[in-house]
Amino acid sequence: MRSIPPSGAFAPNPTSPVPEPVLSIRDLVVEFSTEDGIVQAVDGVSYDLYPGETLGIVGESGSGKSVSTMSLLGLIPQPPGRIVRGEAMFQGKDLLKLSKKALRRIRGKDLAMVFQDPMTSLNPVLKIGFQIGEAIKTHNPKVKDDAVKQRAVDLLKLVGVPNPERRVDQYPHEFSGGMRQRAMIAMAIANEPSVLIADEPTTALDVTIQAQILEVLKKAQDETHAATILITHDLGLIAELADRVIVMYAGKVVEVGDVSTIFASPRHPYTVGLMDSLPKLTAAEEWLTPIPGQPPSLISRPPGCPFHPRCFLSQGRARCREEEPPLRPIDESAHLTACHFAEELEGRAGHLVEPVGAGT
Amino acid sequence: MLTYIIRRLLYSIPVLVATSFLIFTFVSITGDPLGRLRSNPNITAEQIHSIEHSKNLDKPVIVRYGYWIRDAVTKQFGTTLFGNRKIWPDLRRVMGHTLQFILSAIIISAILGIAIGVYSALRQYSLFDYTATTLSFVGFATPVFWLALMLQVLMVQIFLKWNVRVFYTSGLSSSVNAGHGFHFLLDRVQHLALPVIALCALSTATYSRFMRASMLEVLNSDYVRTARAKGLIERRVIMRHAFRNALIPLITVIAIDFGALFAGAIVTETIFTLDGMGFYFVNSLFASDPYPVMAWLMVVATMVIIFNLIADILYGVFDPRIRYE
Amino acid sequence: MTPPEGPAGPSEELTYQYGLEIEARSQWAYARRRFLRHRLATTSLVILLLIFGAGLFANYLAPYQYQEINLNALSAKPSLHHLFGTDSAGRDSLSRVLYGIRTSARVGVLVGILSTVIGTIVGGLAGYYGGWADNLLMRVTDLFLTLPLLAVLLVAAKYLGHSTPTKLALLLAFLIWTQIARIVRGSFLSLREKEYVEAAKAAGAGDLRIMLRHMLPNTIGPIVVSATLTIGTAILLEAVLSFLGFGIEPPTPALGALLNEGQDQGIDKWWLVTFPGVVIVVIVLCINFVGDGMRDALDPTQRRVRT
Repeated sequence: MRSIPPSGAFAPNPTSPVPEPVLSIRDLVVEFSTEDGIVQAVDGVSYDLYPGETLGIVGESGSGKSVSTMSLLGLIPQPPGRIVRGEAMFQGKDLLKLSKKALRRIRGKDLAMVFQDPMTSLNPVLKIGFQIGEAIKTHNPKVKDDAVKQRAVDLLKLVGVPNPERRVDQYPHEFSGGMRQRAMIAMAIANEPSVLIADEPTTALDVTIQAQILEVLKKAQDETHAATILITHDLGLIAELADRVIVMYAGKVVEVGDVSTIFASPRHPYTVGLMDSLPKLTAAEEWLTPIPGQPPSLISRPPGCPFHPRCFLSQGRARCREEEPPLRPIDESAHLTACHFAEELEGRAGHLVEPVGAGT
Repeated sequence: MLTYIIRRLLYSIPVLVATSFLIFTFVSITGDPLGRLRSNPNITAEQIHSIEHSKNLDKPVIVRYGYWIRDAVTKQFGTTLFGNRKIWPDLRRVMGHTLQFILSAIIISAILGIAIGVYSALRQYSLFDYTATTLSFVGFATPVFWLALMLQVLMVQIFLKWNVRVFYTSGLSSSVNAGHGFHFLLDRVQHLALPVIALCALSTATYSRFMRASMLEVLNSDYVRTARAKGLIERRVIMRHAFRNALIPLITVIAIDFGALFAGAIVTETIFTLDGMGFYFVNSLFASDPYPVMAWLMVVATMVIIFNLIADILYGVFDPRIRYE
Repeated sequence: MTPPEGPAGPSEELTYQYGLEIEARSQWAYARRRFLRHRLATTSLVILLLIFGAGLFANYLAPYQYQEINLNALSAKPSLHHLFGTDSAGRDSLSRVLYGIRTSARVGVLVGILSTVIGTIVGGLAGYYGGWADNLLMRVTDLFLTLPLLAVLLVAAKYLGHSTPTKLALLLAFLIWTQIARIVRGSFLSLREKEYVEAAKAAGAGDLRIMLRHMLPNTIGPIVVSATLTIGTAILLEAVLSFLGFGIEPPTPALGALLNEGQDQGIDKWWLVTFPGVVIVVIVLCINFVGDGMRDALDPTQRRVRT
């Protein structure tokens, strides 16, 4: 096996002593078989998650960001999905090698998830309180029913559901989308997990509700001290919540770094493209600058760098077409990029961190 | 809930009135009940006129509809056109037999169909799933009457070869005095087994296919993923979160199938000469007697409406999103 | 039978590689490719064509005339001379089945065409205008929700009396067009709200033009599938009506009528009731598979996951 650059195996803060990561993923490969052939949804992904931090994973749809976390919990349908290889160390155990039973005991207890669409993620025929209580009871079978219900009420109160004593006996269809997502968060933090995975938690919601849900997420994180993985395609959300960022493209990690570093000096042309395609409040532009072309087919992926057909930096250089760029440190030890010519991006600042608003 | 049921019942009255008018006009205009008498050279035109007059057949359709409705309400559908036989006692007797027959078919098909469908969905693409799928496709393509014939052929061949009578191929009982208790029951089962199998086959195929699709859809739903993410044991995920949700839409399928089972009864009862509604209907039709045919259609329409009401209520019991105010 | 499924051509390879453009291909070409890839559907289509072909050329293929009597073989079991046996009048069962296929297939195809035409017109008008067409459709649909179709058919067939295949086909078509009509109505209702229809209207296109040029082509997939399945339904209904004695009557051989005769002659002569029934099952099974294949081919949104 080839040696894998331990992406992000660097302390989030280089001055303090290096803490042990709570979750450590190495060379994860996940495939899906479809009618047209085998899709490599996740292709050799490695990263670490440190206690208490919020790690953002950003990328277009189909970049493998959800699958990479879902497969850890055994939540991808198998078949058609298949975990080809890799390692995911959590509490001294490799999640990918655990028995179904052992993984089930971790799921929802130490590793909890908030899903994208609260409208479809709650069972329509069961009461909210029952669904939250089930999460508690399945991992703590000895707790009495009254206590479970009281805990459900407390959790609903914590996530800001008004009138929780009444709401706990209602069905999902009696909740609005925002309220349902609050209930989902309550369910996820019911057992005080050490890792919370939030998969596009605000995407399906109304813009006005999104900010509230972010507040709830922050509060939930403060309350449980869970390390959080925030999966999103929204760079704004990353800027708001994350400490570190992983940028994924075509099933691979292409850039890793602190939020401030990445926004100030992106060192991968794809990251630069993502930022350029965002609306900027400072510039008086008429058009956004999209990334040309489409994400590659994951069935017959191009040789060399997966991004080269769309890359403004590549310009048809042979190295981009032929040689797959490894993930390597640049500028500082905690900043990694997978681009042969990352140095050429030097001095090219990102946009989001530019002071925005009045006075500029 | 109670007000909802009452409202639905009240609403079915105009539906039934409209249906009764449609049935009456449809049966009246499609057949001349005296056609056979007219072609008989021994009956004079005067005799036919006097029959027409005595039976009110010379009146306009709308007037005859009035008479018919009056008879249906006050005299329990009145009498047959030929022979003046009272309709209701006959119809009530055959109704009892057919309801036994159809309800047992529904129960058996539902249990089998649900079990097969759920197991197929849980073991998708297994040998069992492929076999069940193949059989259900064959089931959809097999006419009920031919399946009934084949079952008879099979029993006859067994009887001819080994002189063993496993199931009877006609009638409801071996003799008028079929005995009591266990003997009566065994005799009944031996008589009803083949018709029930013939009637169940298509329904079982339908329910199992539907249940399989419904269960697969639910198993791939977001809320089942949520249930798994909570760390529930798989059995609980399937029973509590998937099965119940997958079952709800099947209620509608069974309710719609109820009407179709009467069609199945027409065929099976005719082949197995069972004294049921289907047999009664075909015989009345052969006799060109419009009144028992109309009464039959009315009774079936009423039962279908009642059954659909029951299905709607059950739906509300299982699905909290539906509330009848 | 199966199409070459080799690697895609060089130009396709290139577009995949660079992911920049997707080659345009006509919708029908895609549909045909998907259908041919559906092995069960293509096999079924071939079997179906063979059976219907055998019926069509019954006068060349049948070893005997269907009313020809062989007094040396009365009620004979299947043998080399009479592959499907003979009936009590000594008539060759195989020949009668072949002519029966011709009758049943004619009824099925006729019903398929007629009910599709009626259903598309009424459904289209109901979906586009609402009004009387919608009312008619809804009332007839209601009627069939409360009364079993077979009972209604039997009453109507009784009136027709001594039935020819064409008469029976007309009767069936007039009673089962509602299914296609409902599909077309639903499709037209949703298409009416589409932007390109609004655009065509704004550009001043007439109602007829909008229906024929913009809405019908987008509904053709479901119509074709449903027409195919209707042929199967019609063959089954013809069989049950003829079997009960309300459909096609002897001497015209139809598959259901053959089963009726077979039952009358005693079911100990198993060959008389077995073979015509097997033919019905195979025909309907193939039609259902072909319909399924077409549905998969014409509905590109349904992508199957292979395991």
